[in-house]
Amino acid sequence: MTRLLHPALVIARRDFTATVYSKTFIFFLLGPLFPLLLGGLFGGIGAQVASRTDQPIIAVAASEADYARIAAARGELAGALGKANLIQLRRVPVEADPAAQARRLLAGSTPVAAVLSGGLTAPRLSGALTADGRELAQVKLILAAARAPATPAPRVSLTAAKRSPARLAQNRALTGQVGQMILFFLSILLSGMLLSQLIEEKSNKIIEVIAAAVPIDALFLGKLFAMLAASLLGILVWFGAGALLIGALASGGLGMLPPPAVGWPAFLVLAVAYFAMNYLLLGGLFLTIGAQAATPREVQILSMPVTFAQVLVFGFASTSVGAPDANLGLAAAIFPWSSPMAMLARAAELPALWPHLAALAWQALWVALILNIGARLFRKLVLKSGPPTRWWRRRVSS
Amino acid sequence: MLRQAHHERIEDVAVEAVDLVKDFGVTRAVDGLSFAVPAGSIFGLLGPNGAGKTTTLRLLLGIIDPTSGTRHVLGHSRPLEAAHEVGYLPEERGLYPSMTARDAIGFMGALRGLPLAEGRHRADALLARHNLGEWARKPIRTLSKGMAQTVQLLGSIVHRPRLIVLDEPFSGLDAINQQRLEELIRREAESGATIIFSTHVIAHAERLCERVAIIAAGRVAFDGTVDEARGRLRPIVRLRTRAADGAWRSAIPAGARHERGEWVFELPHDGPEPLLKALIDGAAGIETLAIERPGLHDAFVAIAGSGAAAEMGEATEADAMREAGAEQ
Repeated sequence: MTRLLHPALVIARRDFTATVYSKTFIFFLLGPLFPLLLGGLFGGIGAQVASRTDQPIIAVAASEADYARIAAARGELAGALGKANLIQLRRVPVEADPAAQARRLLAGSTPVAAVLSGGLTAPRLSGALTADGRELAQVKLILAAARAPATPAPRVSLTAAKRSPARLAQNRALTGQVGQMILFFLSILLSGMLLSQLIEEKSNKIIEVIAAAVPIDALFLGKLFAMLAASLLGILVWFGAGALLIGALASGGLGMLPPPAVGWPAFLVLAVAYFAMNYLLLGGLFLTIGAQAATPREVQILSMPVTFAQVLVFGFASTSVGAPDANLGLAAAIFPWSSPMAMLARAAELPALWPHLAALAWQALWVALILNIGARLFRKLVLKSGPPTRWWRRRVSS
Repeated sequence: MLRQAHHERIEDVAVEAVDLVKDFGVTRAVDGLSFAVPAGSIFGLLGPNGAGKTTTLRLLLGIIDPTSGTRHVLGHSRPLEAAHEVGYLPEERGLYPSMTARDAIGFMGALRGLPLAEGRHRADALLARHNLGEWARKPIRTLSKGMAQTVQLLGSIVHRPRLIVLDEPFSGLDAINQQRLEELIRREAESGATIIFSTHVIAHAERLCERVAIIAAGRVAFDGTVDEARGRLRPIVRLRTRAADGAWRSAIPAGARHERGEWVFELPHDGPEPLLKALIDGAAGIETLAIERPGLHDAFVAIAGSGAAAEMGEATEADAMREAGAEQ
């Protein structure tokens, strides 16, 4: 074990230092900022566009008294349904020719979707409304409430419960889903780096020096340790910044997030452990695949199928959310590459801890297996300077 | 008793290859190769390009495994078990460009089990001794090719190995650095290390090696001392006479060549005296007579075949041109 660990640590230390002290690591740390900025930018634009388009304005040609009752009725409905989902109202003075007024308003520069005239007694709506009749139904409800005699709202006594079991299960599933998403995005972010891990050694011809001094397993392990440490450092920075941001923007900070079934401390420990396992499992595989590439161009070519494979694995793991004990959920927990994500979702939803110990041991076994196979393949396919043995050639020669 | 004899033999022999075979697919790169390298000696692996020298060294170092056969390196049948006592300079040089010279040497030492701090400390001393002290803290990418090659060489000896394996160590170096490298190899051998180096420049092997193995087409065509290799050939006689013909001609062997006015032939088995007597008695009128001891190059030509020698000659010329181009 020392024979493997000592050289692995030497390689890990070199790689970690080279990664963290490089200028590109700053860009790596800033990486998540770009999608957030873009998300915020396009989200803001989208929200602005949505606010302009989703709430049609209805011009109400009514007396001040009628409009006051209509506006009050809309206000009550907005309290129940949400302001954003309701039509907007604008009062316009009543004119002698309502039809001509409606035509003028609809053709004017103000974005009016329809014109309501006739007051509360004989309401008439003209304009272009959506086909599903949602806006017309809202107008009807508002008018019905406005026309009804004013009655005080009934008193409803409320016994507050912290969370209903159904709501809690839903929230925990959400925590599991968010956990899976974060794990998936981190893996996507790191997979490119993992694929190109051995390119430096191969292009700089250092691989011979290393291969003559240490077992290839140690080289693989060292590279994975280094990238794991660098990415954990990145995650520490990102999560610290994220927690500060949530704390600053939302009252209650992290406490407002739905609590996982195993509790926050255990969940966070498991999240780190599953991230490490997910990283090592994917890393071992990508290192093996990437090690066969001789140039950065070949790594780029490999990136696309690898990304698709990751999306498929993520899709498979996400079947465990909400149903961790169902057949698919269990299969996702057993399949090595989906296991960390599936088990993280399980930690959010079910309180038992022992399955996690078993899962971590199972995943560690696969990490060892992949590293061993990867090292063998590297020795067989990369370190040999002669042509590889092809099965058809063997057959022909025999 | 047998066990003791075995231990003594292993202590005397630093590296032993027995019937090593290496196939790459249908290509046999090394074909039943056997030789032994005495501990503390400088051993040369000679052969034309593609003869299997690098593959042999990679097999001995455990970078690749043989298809069949065995190897013992410093008493270990698994070469990587002896890695802490072995230094290696591969044919294709390589260092991390962003590392400083001292860090690169320290890193290479650490790979071989030397504590990093100690490696860096020794690196400073080694770099200073090789006139590279002022470059110790500069990144490798700022060093010249020759300097970087020296750094890599120092990295392969920083942990004071018992066995140093150098694959074509002289290629890419100018004459001054080649001379320095020869001195370094001699120094390391004097301090007790065993040196194995491959080369296609026979002059280096002739100057440095106590023993050589000549490899051709993956096989050992010769394994022995340089003197033994030379001893495979008869001394060469170069004779210039005043008389063009006469009774003395009967003393000239049948296979003799007449080149640029002189006779060239192998010294007869009965030695120089009968030849001299026949020439004097036959009134040859000796102008010049030289008996030359054959060089390693001649031995190589005879052992590996003239085709291999021609390849080596071409390789040497091509390398020289490339190196000259690189220096320009």
